[in-house]
Amino acid sequence: MRRIMAILIAGVFVPTLLFSQELLQIRGSDTMVNLVQRLAEVYMEKNPQVACAVSGGGSGVGIAALIANRVHIANASREMKEKEYAAAKENGVIPVEIAIAIDALSIAVNSSNPVTKLTKDQIGAIFRGEITNWSEVGGPNLPISLYGRQPNSGTYVFFQEFVLGNKNYSPRMKQMNGNAQIVEALRTDKGGIGYVGVGYVRDEQGQVIPGLKVVEVAKDAKSPGVSPLLTENITTGRYPIARALYQYANGTPKGAVRSFIAFELSAEGQKIVEEMGFYPVSGKYLEANKKLGF
Amino acid sequence: MRRRFSSWRDLKENALRLFFAANGVLAIVILLGIFSLLFTESLPALKQLGVGEFFFHLRWDPTSPERASYGILAMVLSTLMVSFGALVIAVPVGVACAAFLADVAPPQLREVLKPVVEILASIPSVVVGFLGVVLVGPVIARVFRMPSGLCALNGALLLAVMALPTIVSICEDAIVSVPQEFKSASLALGATKWQTLVHVTLPSASSGIIAAVMLGMGRAIGETMTVLMATGNAAAVPRSFLDPVRTMTATIAIEMGETVQGSLHYQSLFVIGLVLFCMTFAVNVVSDLVLERFQRVRR
Repeated sequence: MRRIMAILIAGVFVPTLLFSQELLQIRGSDTMVNLVQRLAEVYMEKNPQVACAVSGGGSGVGIAALIANRVHIANASREMKEKEYAAAKENGVIPVEIAIAIDALSIAVNSSNPVTKLTKDQIGAIFRGEITNWSEVGGPNLPISLYGRQPNSGTYVFFQEFVLGNKNYSPRMKQMNGNAQIVEALRTDKGGIGYVGVGYVRDEQGQVIPGLKVVEVAKDAKSPGVSPLLTENITTGRYPIARALYQYANGTPKGAVRSFIAFELSAEGQKIVEEMGFYPVSGKYLEANKKLGF
Repeated sequence: MRRRFSSWRDLKENALRLFFAANGVLAIVILLGIFSLLFTESLPALKQLGVGEFFFHLRWDPTSPERASYGILAMVLSTLMVSFGALVIAVPVGVACAAFLADVAPPQLREVLKPVVEILASIPSVVVGFLGVVLVGPVIARVFRMPSGLCALNGALLLAVMALPTIVSICEDAIVSVPQEFKSASLALGATKWQTLVHVTLPSASSGIIAAVMLGMGRAIGETMTVLMATGNAAAVPRSFLDPVRTMTATIAIEMGETVQGSLHYQSLFVIGLVLFCMTFAVNVVSDLVLERFQRVRR
């Protein structure tokens, strides 16, 4: 009897020891969830001893989870706020920031809209609710309907800081659950305008999704319009509303966390970033990552 | 022998009485527990901001970089619009459907229709919301020549569908339980079937019908997922049923995940919960009063 028990116990425990997997919990940005999911799939194929669980919920949710020490990596499409750093410190968590991709925040409208170019200030005024008709920015006489994200979204916060000049959004803006919902709404709404990560405006073939138009954005009235769809506009920094997509870990990454992030920043990982419609890390973000040894 | 039997019966009866009394007390304890939790969690926010901030400010924007504001009026109005809209659509349809099922339909048809109506109740709310986004919304947009169908009307229509099974099945029970003598007497006096239904059967069943309406309303006010998906979630004060609205339940669902526990934002979400609780409580009290009144009149 005892022998049978021993065999049973050995039969259960030895394999689990041999095949013990490390589980990486990754949570946060809805803009990044598909990208990081894909990166994790490829990474897990090469490193079967590590299992990655990737979920969305919004940058705010991911950062809140990191502060509470419930995840290994938080995805965030915005930088952490001072308040959040303070809250993390209180919990004994030291957030370390790594940029894993660059996103050009695309301003999209319905394809029937003749407007092709907007300045950053005009976009800000539109989303603050100061410009309410397309005729004010050279379009048809049609009321503008606004599509944005919800306050737990990093994109919402980034856009508010960077384009609205830290002013309030128009209360008439419809708050949508994700990038894909905004894209879906803009395809049917002739007067609609919305902001989405560049990874969501193109289909698998790299073409802009039918029914959608991505407008060019100009720094000011005199500057030419710049499209977020061309790589060189991002890497040269000409596109005015590009941002880094970050991952935050607790302390300088070690072990599986380090190996996963290193994979994301490798040539192969950055190629996946491009395949998913985003842009590889460049410029000052590359320097910052080097300081962490990536 | 006989005495033992009766004392055994007494014992059983007392035990049952105690059991039911305990259940009643438990329900009251749970209710008070929920209320006190909501109250204690929201009290710090009410103290710090004052009741006026919540009830007289028109804007809800707790994460605003300019000035955080906590006005809940727009979402109270949104919630009322969506749920009353749902009732206006669902009550006539539901009562008519129940009357048809109970009084008019041949038995075979009734055997088929009743389960079909009840299956409506088992559709998950997220699926109803999905239908609102891909089916009802675009139709509304086309009919009213609007850019987008995500609005209060969309939510009201979907909630009406969700409230229908409750209303139909309780109304039907009420109508069926009207004594046959009433109808027979009415018919014997020369009234037509239609006159009997409208002037005798439905008024006799009115208490049950009101209870059904109130239960349907309770479902509509508290529903979250469907309205979250289908109403557009714009925090402005709605001007018509074609405006996007953001209900109280949707606000709590959207924002609870991101707030730090114990923060002012977190506590003000509990204030919304408290107000919502008070509203549903008021609906129930009013419906009880109305019911009692009707019963007295009938006696």
